[in-house]
Amino acid sequence: MSNGNMNLTLKVWRQKNAQAAGKFVTYKAENISPDMSFLEMLDVVNESLTHKGDEPINFDHDCREGICGMCSLYINGHPHGPKRGITTCQLHMRTFHDGETITIEPWRASAFPIVKDLAVDRSAFDRIQQAGGYVSVNTGGVPDGNAIPIPKVVADEAFNSATCIGCGACVAACKNASAMLFVSAKVTQLGLLPQGQPERYRRVQSMVAQMDEEGFGNCTNTGACEAECPKEIKLTNIARMNNDFLSAKLFRQEVLHEEQHGGA
Amino acid sequence: MSEFKQTFNSSLGKKLIMALTGLFLCTFLIVHLGGNLLLFKDDNGFGFNVYANFLTHFPPIEVIAWILYLAIAVHAIYALILTVKNRKARPVGYAVAAKSDASWSSKNMGLLGSILLVFIVIHMGDFWFKYKYTHEVAFKEYRTDLATDQTTVSDYTPVSADFNHSVSTENNVEIVRVKDLHARVAHTFGNIWYVLIYVIAMGALSFHLLHGFQSAFRTLGWVHRKYTPIVYGIGAWFFAVIIPIGFALMPLWYFFMHKG
Repeated sequence: MSNGNMNLTLKVWRQKNAQAAGKFVTYKAENISPDMSFLEMLDVVNESLTHKGDEPINFDHDCREGICGMCSLYINGHPHGPKRGITTCQLHMRTFHDGETITIEPWRASAFPIVKDLAVDRSAFDRIQQAGGYVSVNTGGVPDGNAIPIPKVVADEAFNSATCIGCGACVAACKNASAMLFVSAKVTQLGLLPQGQPERYRRVQSMVAQMDEEGFGNCTNTGACEAECPKEIKLTNIARMNNDFLSAKLFRQEVLHEEQHGGA
Repeated sequence: MSEFKQTFNSSLGKKLIMALTGLFLCTFLIVHLGGNLLLFKDDNGFGFNVYANFLTHFPPIEVIAWILYLAIAVHAIYALILTVKNRKARPVGYAVAAKSDASWSSKNMGLLGSILLVFIVIHMGDFWFKYKYTHEVAFKEYRTDLATDQTTVSDYTPVSADFNHSVSTENNVEIVRVKDLHARVAHTFGNIWYVLIYVIAMGALSFHLLHGFQSAFRTLGWVHRKYTPIVYGIGAWFFAVIIPIGFALMPLWYFFMHKG
């Protein structure tokens, strides 16, 4: 390969829909530039599949610059591939070597049913967000910016947690398919800031209840989620959520959102 | 469903139960190791046998003992419930095993815990059950001359089958008659297979607590920039090193130093 391009073998999970049985299919990815992103490599493979009249490989993607949370893929035992702190769209083919076999699997969790091939339905995360991952704002005049002083350490911690893009890599990496890193990031980002205080204890109860409802597993503090998170969300968020949840349940008067609104 | 029931049925509530029972069992280990250090005393088992007799005949300890057995059962049952739920959360596994750098102990708590549960059954069958519910453990009589503080020991055969223990003083000589659990310990630890089982189980205990102790604090939500390193230090050095080594030394010491 004089131009430095690579030939790879891909083992890709193919599955028609949620009900159908899936299987691994082996493809050749030929003449792949090391400067391509992983998704561009799949585009090239799909193009050749389309030319041959085969069904292209279905995978999720959108912004391709690491901020939308749409891309996924469990690559050689790692969500978003072997490099730390990046999404699959930011993963370049130079990470792999010529002749390598790459196994590509969808996120595996009962709460993330497979839509087709490598694409999974992550609307469970949306429902958890809708259960309480917001701040209610009343109408009225716009408050002055920076009118509420917030210590820098607190703001930093909240903003770090707010970088969660909801891609689901934490669930994919967790041996228990637990969504605790995601939920705790959302709980933390709002719960640490003054604007999030009024709903803090109702929020954590509602979001955890929805998380349980969706059938995610239970956290065993292994820290695989933290290691694989493309946004490097910290495990300490989970402890903070536990603290908020237990104080809400054992010591506070607040009840779940639904009960507050008469079971709506 | 009442609010408390709802709390303890939630994922975090079940984890809370695991954490609280686990930490309670950790505190028990400290007491158990502390008391059993009497095994290292060269007094023909006098101190140890009196201590064992005290543990089985002092009512408050009896109550705590049953709370302890309950804690072990709850910890194991909830571990099973949570494991089944976790397996259900991922019905189809990955073809390529996860390569994330989570610690080995954190990923194998179920295996380590199962080893410990089997060990606890063997261990309690060996000592606790035979001591409390059978006549297999013989008696010893310790005569201490209160003037010189010299203790002599002899075998004692009780007249009645119901005999438990007695303490009396005759002619300035204190006579203590108790079940000789010490001899049972020395006999058990003379068997290489038992020694191996005990040492392997203490290895499992070490790795179980290496993850478990600090994980319990995370589950309780007690994470703090200043105190978490201390919790890690106690978990790693005290619970995963000192405690298991302390326990493992007992069978090893009896096997190599005390033979017969």
